[in-house]
Amino acid sequence: MDLSVDYLGLKLAHPLLPGASPLADEVGTARALEDAGAPAITLRSLFEEQLTQEQLSTFMATEQHRELSAEASSLLPEPADYRLGPDAYLEQIRKIRGAVKVPVIASLNGTTPGGWIDFARLIEQAGASALELNLYSVPTDPARDGAAVERDTLELVRTLKSRVAIPVAVKLSPFYTSVSSIARGLEEAGADGLVLFNRLFEPDIDVDALEVKRVLRLSDSSELPLRLRWLAILSAQRRIPLAISGGVHEVTDVVRALMAGATVVQVVSALLRNGPSRLLSLRAGLERWLVEREYTSVRQLRGSMNLKACPDPSAYQRANYIHLLHGWREHPGVP
Amino acid sequence: MSTPRLLTVDGNEAVASVAHRVSETIAIYPITPSSPMAELADEWSAHGRQNLWGVVPRVVQLQSEAGAAGTVHGALQAGALTTTFTASQGLLLMIPNLYKIAGELTPFCMHVAARTLATHALSIFGDHSDVMACRQIGLALLASGSVQEAHDLAAVAHAATLRSRVPFLHFFDGFRTSHEVGKIAEISNEQLLAMMDEVSIAAHRARALDPERPVLRGTAQNPDAYFQAREACNPFHAACPGVVQGEMDRFGQLTGRRYQLVDYHGHPEADRVVVAMGSGAEVAHETVDWLVARGEKVGILKVRLYRPFPAQAFLAAVPRTVRALAVLDRTKEPGAPGEPLYLDVLTTLAEAHAPGPMPVVVGGRYGLSSKEFDPGMVRAIFENLGRPEPKNHFTIGIVDDVSRTSLEWERGFEIAFPGRTQAVFYGLGSDGTVGANKASIKIIGEETEHAAQGYFVYDSKKSGAMTISHLRFGPGPIRSSYLVKQAGFVGVHQFQLVDRLDVLELAAPGAVVLINAPHAPDELWDQLPREFQQTVLEKRLQLHVIDAVKVAQAAGMGGRINAVMQACFFALSGVLPRDAAIAEIKKSIEKTYKKKGAEVVRRNNAAVDASLAALFPVPVPGRITATRGRPPVVAPEAPDFVRRVTAVMLENKGDLLPVSAFPVDGTWPTATARWEKRNLALEIPVWDAPLCIQCNKCALVCPHAAIRTKVYGEGAVAMAPHGFKNVAFKGQQGSEYTVQVAPEDCTGCGLCVEVCPAKDKANPRHKALELAPQPPLREQERKAFDFFLELPEVDRTTLRLDVKGSQLLQPLMEFSGACAGCGETPYIKMLTQLFGDRLIIANATGCSSIYGGNLPSTPYTVNREGRGPAWANSLFEDNAEFGFGIRLGADSLRHLAEVVLKRHAPVLGDAFVTELLEADQSTEGGIAAQRKRVAELKARLKPDGLEACKLRGLADHLVKKSVWIVGGDGWAYDIGYGGLDHVLSTDVDVNILVLDTEVYSNTGGQQSKATPLGAAAKFAAAGKSIGKKDLGLLAMGYRTAYVAQVAFGAKDAQTVRALLEAESYRGPSLVIAYSHCIAHGYDLVHGLEQQKRAVDSATWPLYRFDPRRIPAGQPPLVLDSGPGKLPVREYMRQEARFRITETLDPERYRQLLGWALQNVTQRYGVYEQLAKVVVPQVAAIPDARPPPAAAVE
Repeated sequence: MDLSVDYLGLKLAHPLLPGASPLADEVGTARALEDAGAPAITLRSLFEEQLTQEQLSTFMATEQHRELSAEASSLLPEPADYRLGPDAYLEQIRKIRGAVKVPVIASLNGTTPGGWIDFARLIEQAGASALELNLYSVPTDPARDGAAVERDTLELVRTLKSRVAIPVAVKLSPFYTSVSSIARGLEEAGADGLVLFNRLFEPDIDVDALEVKRVLRLSDSSELPLRLRWLAILSAQRRIPLAISGGVHEVTDVVRALMAGATVVQVVSALLRNGPSRLLSLRAGLERWLVEREYTSVRQLRGSMNLKACPDPSAYQRANYIHLLHGWREHPGVP
Repeated sequence: MSTPRLLTVDGNEAVASVAHRVSETIAIYPITPSSPMAELADEWSAHGRQNLWGVVPRVVQLQSEAGAAGTVHGALQAGALTTTFTASQGLLLMIPNLYKIAGELTPFCMHVAARTLATHALSIFGDHSDVMACRQIGLALLASGSVQEAHDLAAVAHAATLRSRVPFLHFFDGFRTSHEVGKIAEISNEQLLAMMDEVSIAAHRARALDPERPVLRGTAQNPDAYFQAREACNPFHAACPGVVQGEMDRFGQLTGRRYQLVDYHGHPEADRVVVAMGSGAEVAHETVDWLVARGEKVGILKVRLYRPFPAQAFLAAVPRTVRALAVLDRTKEPGAPGEPLYLDVLTTLAEAHAPGPMPVVVGGRYGLSSKEFDPGMVRAIFENLGRPEPKNHFTIGIVDDVSRTSLEWERGFEIAFPGRTQAVFYGLGSDGTVGANKASIKIIGEETEHAAQGYFVYDSKKSGAMTISHLRFGPGPIRSSYLVKQAGFVGVHQFQLVDRLDVLELAAPGAVVLINAPHAPDELWDQLPREFQQTVLEKRLQLHVIDAVKVAQAAGMGGRINAVMQACFFALSGVLPRDAAIAEIKKSIEKTYKKKGAEVVRRNNAAVDASLAALFPVPVPGRITATRGRPPVVAPEAPDFVRRVTAVMLENKGDLLPVSAFPVDGTWPTATARWEKRNLALEIPVWDAPLCIQCNKCALVCPHAAIRTKVYGEGAVAMAPHGFKNVAFKGQQGSEYTVQVAPEDCTGCGLCVEVCPAKDKANPRHKALELAPQPPLREQERKAFDFFLELPEVDRTTLRLDVKGSQLLQPLMEFSGACAGCGETPYIKMLTQLFGDRLIIANATGCSSIYGGNLPSTPYTVNREGRGPAWANSLFEDNAEFGFGIRLGADSLRHLAEVVLKRHAPVLGDAFVTELLEADQSTEGGIAAQRKRVAELKARLKPDGLEACKLRGLADHLVKKSVWIVGGDGWAYDIGYGGLDHVLSTDVDVNILVLDTEVYSNTGGQQSKATPLGAAAKFAAAGKSIGKKDLGLLAMGYRTAYVAQVAFGAKDAQTVRALLEAESYRGPSLVIAYSHCIAHGYDLVHGLEQQKRAVDSATWPLYRFDPRRIPAGQPPLVLDSGPGKLPVREYMRQEARFRITETLDPERYRQLLGWALQNVTQRYGVYEQLAKVVVPQVAAIPDARPPPAAAVE
């Protein structure tokens, strides 16, 4: 069975890709992922704020109390070379690259133009085969309208693409007025892939301490439908390869995602919950599923149920709701 | 001779650069002002920098200078090339070993940043009193007077010791030379190697202890042998000056810089000559040039080799025409016929001239504790020498109106040098002014032909400390080893300083003045105080303004204004062309901050770019428009001493105070800090009375006693000023309660707001305490605070001493100069609340002795009855013993009082005397009752009669005294541990409070044995790989000492309880207190959260070990915190000290994390088991007692 796919200029043995997660923090687990058949390793996102905030906080922590008194011209030792988060990240890329044979995809999170973009080049130099740009932000400024937010996003992608030669995938959230429009913009701006969708940290409230906490839950299959819909729509509209991220836990989830139009299926929560070997069973399950139903390749499956190919495209569109509702009303016996 | 590389470095770096290159073993211990030499050596070795022979010197830190000296002695005996760095008390601690090293004729060179010895007071500043305490040892003493000389003569000293076998102490003036930044020619490796005699090195190795050719050293000699053997070294000392001159000559050939054992400079036919060592000789050199140019026949003899005293060289250098010499000593020997250099010169001249006539020789003291020594003073000394009967044993630089020793001098006198630029900058320690100026000097030094000099003066506070930078550049060399007196450029980097002192004092006529102020150019003038405006007009100064904070903030630099001000300085001063200057600043930013990240560089550059557009000239209207003057330094109602002495020092004019202003023995009044209103806080806490739950935690955590609580009767607020707040006290009907801030003493650290648990239910962001801008609140809150202080204090005898109760007590340590957010002072403050009116504190040198006792102001204070803590600092190393002695002394006086009292029983009545003798003073009520009895006793004693008088004098000793021994971890874990251990082994009732910041905070963050695993500190730059010493467990081993470990930010109730238990235990008690510190590298507003994390991760377990539980059959150890419920890494990741280790080597850090977790788990596990252990009850077995000690020895 031919499971191979092309994604971000990479020839992947199969479409099941471990997504950006702490699993690649350690060389040991990265190797375990490779052993479980991962076609590439995706590193955890390095955040723009890590790049700037960490630099600034280290700067402040060491500079603030310099020349404080006649006795203490400084309070902390001055290492010959700081290896800030970004440096450690580059080191991590090099180390994982050295430890595994499959390609390494780095991941960078940022939404505003700034010095951090230069870091993409360093990531490239460190040996990453591709880069996933994570557009993770919560726009709260009422003075900045949606158009402005999108314009800046596209500019950011153009800038990034001009700085690096490696392919860049863009991971976006579903919170756009028109996901189709932003997807087109991103494709035109040079993105080499789209990842649907980001899962945001969500607030929770501690009712006793009267504090807000940030939590990140592991995903479950209930998150799948939203993604299926947009895979189905976008894969029908655009040529850019799509990856799904979020909600893939079972073999049938994988099949659905591919049918909706995903080129690559990212898995994170399932691996965090069950360990890297879960990848093996998903892959085996996919293969079995295809064989049992006499598919010849995964390509045959891809997009087979998207907006263009599925028997009833209205199911993906707004009519979906109206249709069901109408059907219900028409049911005999209901007033 | 190739062109040397030019370096812009300070004296310490200039010396360390040589010492590190020629050493194999370096044993160190931090002490100001020599610490940077050790830090650099350690840093270089940590980075793998090799010595001349391709080996990375091994740098090791010891527990004290005594330990460092022992290590040095050992390394030398093993044949290694060895060095060390020290100063002051550190040098004193090394003396015993130095005698050995000298007696054994061991090639060895050490470097001393000469510093004042602690006498009536400690001083970190420079003079020769430490070095002069070593002149009898048999070391060669070699003096340097400038940064270049210190670099050069360090090489000469290392070379000369190898050839002469006499060990060398190379010294230079602490701060004035050690911390002066200057441009010097570097000695290349080739030159240095050419100085080191390989044959002598081989000979040194051959003398080493080696079982292949065994010898024995350190014999015990007897009357038959010792004397002759002691004289056997004479030829070596006799040959030493010749060897040194030989090395100086060799050095001259190699580098072109020539030195003599005694250098003469001046008129060839001088009739008056000054003799001096160190940087003072450079000042004299400069003044001599000026005087000779004006036709005076004067000269300066610079003594470089002081021991062995080069009599022949000295005599050869003295011009034959000399009539009178003034010998200057930077030290004082009370009771001596004269200071040491004076006596040596006198002896040399007398021996040479006897029996014929000789020139007049007078001696004088100058420059103690870095007191200014300037050309005006040198001129005065020459004028004195010109008199028919010059004053002998004079002082210069002070006004001695008591013993009339001082010479008068012209204060404003300064020598002008064509082409020289002089600038002064007033800033705060935290704003980066000093750092930026150091960078400017480097730029000018490296980008121009000019020589450059920078010297930096700091005030004594740790929060809101002011810095004054003195910069000079121009055609070299710059020998001006004194402060700038006429500046062509004055930078005022903090606007509030115009109200604090006369920042234009040093401005030369027509000078450019740059002010950072939040005011537009056309508004600034009216914001300036009258005195300022007047000086601007009188001196015709050119004012410029920039809102640097705004520029810095816009660039994302927070309050770091240094780059902005630096850009403006270059733009206005014209030292370099504007564009070139900006380019150089950016280059220096790139160089300094590149390793800290591209974003840091980008933001600094953005700040520089935005600077010049925000710089404006200020129109000066030509007349004074101010409606206000500079506020008085202290309130008019301050006590006489505070107005006469403290206020002058606060105004930065302490130099003007005459000798008579000072106590004769260093005794100083307490309760003076309250008069120094520093107004540091931009924001202060505002109290929402109805919302407050009255927990008093705000008062408990305040490091400066600047927020307080009180409970008082309802009627008391009738006269309350506008804005004073009160609310019904929840604990007691009919009482009122107030939380009050001291608006002008608060530092704005925000800890009180952080700890406040009372949230508004409808709007939880709003709490019962919230920060608000200080200026609009200042007046109202000042009046409210004054009123608050007048309210009656709570009755101690009825109070429950828990967290809440303890904070209703008056703090007797207030408004210290400790850092904003300090983690130590809340413990001391609590001591003063619990025991303050009967408290004696023995304080080890360190942060707590600096904020506790560094002049001008003193934070320990008194209650309404005039009682309060009595405080003394002895030394760093002896504090436990010092406090132990205080206890013994106090006990003796109590015993005496009891004996005398008993003799009075017939007069006073047996019952009353018994009551006095057997009073239960274990409670506040008991103490109050005893105080009453003592008052009655005094009243009942006859006014006359010797015995009655004696008893009246002793009566107060019948009230229980609480002796606390306070210090940091450097003292308790390292240098003072031997004494601490001994005191813990006794049955004497002392209490020890260890303020554990896990690092030498005061001297700049060097590791101690309290430094935890994984933390980076100086001398452990890669992160400590050994766990923290378990001081508490060691102390528990005696089973007779009370031991507790506390962290007020994690469990304040346990802290209060431990302090009370420790005090009540009638034996030694040890309380180890977690103290968050700026050296941990995070914003201290999170200090309390970090304490919680430390405890929750079991990194800092809380416990109390009370021997009183043993006879009751209970386990003496009680654990007050649980096993780690928070991962250790969560605690560690919050602090830069751990993050630095991680950034250095993430892989190793991961390993260290593993060890840290193991360490924490094991430690807690041991405690957990101990907490179950009951000490077996065994009856004493008389026969098991050891025989009397006397029988053994």
